[in-house]
Amino acid sequence: MNQPATLTDAYLDLAGSVTRTPDQVKRSRNLGIAYFVLAVVTLFVFARGDGGTSTFGLGGDSTFGVPSIPLAWICAVSFAALGGVQISRGTGRWQSALIAAAALLFVFTLMAWAAAGKQFSLTGTLHDALKASTPLVFGALGGIMCERSGIINIAIEGLLLAGAFTSAVVGSVVNIWVGILAAMVVSGLLALMLAWLAIRFHVDQVIVGFAINFFVLGVTSFIDSRVLTRNPEYNGTGTISQWKVPGLHRLPIVGPILFEQTFYVYVALGLVAFIAWALFKTKWGLQTRAVGEHPTAAGTLGIDVLRRRYINVTLAGAISGFGGSWWTADVGRFNENITNGRGFIALAVVLVGRHHPVGALMAALVFGFADALALKFSFLNTGIPSEFLELAPFLVTLVVVASVGRGARVPAALGQPYEEQ
Amino acid sequence: MTDTATAPAPGDATPDDASGGLVRRLLARIDTTNAVVLPLLAFISALVIGTVVIALSDIDKLKEGDIGGILTTIKDAYLALPKGAFDGWRPLNETIVATTPLLLAGLAVAITFKAGLFNIGGTGQMLMGGMGAVWVGFTMNGPGILQVPLGILAGMVCGMLWGIVPGLLKARAGVHEVISTIMMNFIAASLVLYILKTDAFVREGRNDPISKLVTPEGRLPRLFGYLDRPELRAHIGFLIAIAAALFFWWLLERTTIGFEIRAQGANSSAARYAGMRPGLLIMTSFVIAGGFAGLAGASEVLGTQGRATQGFAGDIGFDAIAVALLGRSSPSGTALAALLFGALQAGGQKMQVDTGVPVDLVLILRALIVLFIAAPLLMKAIWRIKAEGAIAGPSFGGWGS
Repeated sequence: MNQPATLTDAYLDLAGSVTRTPDQVKRSRNLGIAYFVLAVVTLFVFARGDGGTSTFGLGGDSTFGVPSIPLAWICAVSFAALGGVQISRGTGRWQSALIAAAALLFVFTLMAWAAAGKQFSLTGTLHDALKASTPLVFGALGGIMCERSGIINIAIEGLLLAGAFTSAVVGSVVNIWVGILAAMVVSGLLALMLAWLAIRFHVDQVIVGFAINFFVLGVTSFIDSRVLTRNPEYNGTGTISQWKVPGLHRLPIVGPILFEQTFYVYVALGLVAFIAWALFKTKWGLQTRAVGEHPTAAGTLGIDVLRRRYINVTLAGAISGFGGSWWTADVGRFNENITNGRGFIALAVVLVGRHHPVGALMAALVFGFADALALKFSFLNTGIPSEFLELAPFLVTLVVVASVGRGARVPAALGQPYEEQ
Repeated sequence: MTDTATAPAPGDATPDDASGGLVRRLLARIDTTNAVVLPLLAFISALVIGTVVIALSDIDKLKEGDIGGILTTIKDAYLALPKGAFDGWRPLNETIVATTPLLLAGLAVAITFKAGLFNIGGTGQMLMGGMGAVWVGFTMNGPGILQVPLGILAGMVCGMLWGIVPGLLKARAGVHEVISTIMMNFIAASLVLYILKTDAFVREGRNDPISKLVTPEGRLPRLFGYLDRPELRAHIGFLIAIAAALFFWWLLERTTIGFEIRAQGANSSAARYAGMRPGLLIMTSFVIAGGFAGLAGASEVLGTQGRATQGFAGDIGFDAIAVALLGRSSPSGTALAALLFGALQAGGQKMQVDTGVPVDLVLILRALIVLFIAAPLLMKAIWRIKAEGAIAGPSFGGWGS
């Protein structure tokens, strides 16, 4: 999947552009219909009304204006054309790129429609999107590390929540940096427990994961209501402010989006690149993938399968714990169930991103963007009920996964216990 | 992927030692270690860890070094649990009230476990079921003999409709049900919030998302209504839940479709080669699951609460996963697990009122019980039980299938 395309893949790709299997034809047809539906929606929603020029802010004083109604027409016509091509002959190897381009166009049209006659800070929204996706990236990276080595990680939510709680409490007693470190240790230990129960006692990994989620939610809520509410000195760390990267933050457009963030964002992006490199270019990565795909073969070749799994899962926990401390750094304190299901979204991010760090980053950005957009739209008074904006990212995920993500392949030995020979 | 939960290991102890008494032979038949001893030990272990949590979080007394006071708190807290669950009419009613949705939603998870699927979407299915039920509940105005069944039916159908989506997505587009059901939960939550604000649902004169009251005729009759004590809240939703558990047993053990669902869960390739249609079975399981969860929603809305709010489903959809796991997806096991969790819930409320120990302790106990149940090897190691043959914990396939 993520390895460079083999000859067979290349052949199939080539063949796919000439002759198509019935399955591909069906898939193409569904996708084409989806394009047509979007075209109609665009025409009947975005191309109506008074319209007007939407002014997009690019940070500082620079702006650009887009007339919303003509844009909607362009969008609708391109979608109709795309749909026609998709149904009649398919788009072959360009399919994914075209979907991405269409999605971008659609979102842009949506923003232009919402902001017709008003100001819309494009850089501000993208800045917030990146910020909102950060904890998802950490959670997903933890999930990827775990699952690549063959251990199912449903406990992301619990690990994030444990990280948020620990960093808040330890951060209040000592200082936030020690708090972050403690969060990594605690979530790492929880993950180690997951690995230990799964490996040593052959407990079903989905069940352990769920139990850890419940356990962390229970313990943190319990201590929150028994200790923290009556002793506020244990729950108040102050937030971590943004750090403008010297020089780079002055760059037009990119600067305000990318380089005026908290250090979490920089760590997240760095970690995505590092893990992507490490998984596919280093000995550790090769061993990890081998352990997740075919542990028996890996064991035969002299890799200590269980040791590799223990270490990776613990590291994954530490990453998630670090991600959990994001909430403390953002809000400055712990609230009951502060992660509020973000760990489950991270789980979806892992699967949608096909267990690849870069894919996960992309998926996380989509969710983060939807979050930021929903917030923005609630200020713009668009007439769309805010609830619809909130559910949009989930709907989009479903549609995307349904139309392109058939059988997201997972590591072959995922969830299976391994006995040392 | 194997699902050992569907096929418990045959009795560890063989019933051939005729020397034992009748009770002993009987116990040998029902696989005591797996069915009785391990759950009991799991429960005790969870209580022990709960003790530690209560003690360590009592920082005021810890600072004073008041060990005796801590022990008293622990004793009072644990005594309050059974008291609040079983001691008297009112506690029994509260236990029933808490058990009802847990059992129904637990069955919604169990049926998908049987088919080798994982339904995290109980919350969403409950929410949509509740919305259907509450609509019938406040628009109609009697007669109860018609309105109550209609309301329940509406809840079931709405739950089924919501449940069919992940089934369809899995069967037709290969979308993993864990992703789709999580997404459907979030979508349902937002949708419910929206629906509750529409003119058709929102209560007159209210700005917050709360529905109109279910008319008195539309409420589920209370079980002990004849006693004329309004604080006894248990309602016929409990009977519906028990009927649902019986239906579950009948479906799986006595019908072809039930056999096929079990076959699909045990080995989907074999089922396909035997001529069964996996897609159809996946959809059927999810529709049935949605129906159960929808009933749970209807019972909450029409029975317990009499109205719908944004969060009427609470965490029941998630707790239901623990219930199904603990009950090993069998109807009787799920019923017992729901009863245990329901009793803990009811007892936990009393514990919080009486001793100030937060009811969240129940969450911790639940998590630990599930964990220990799933780890028979761990239990045996801790409690030093001699291994009598291999005991398999409950198991669920994972992503791969």
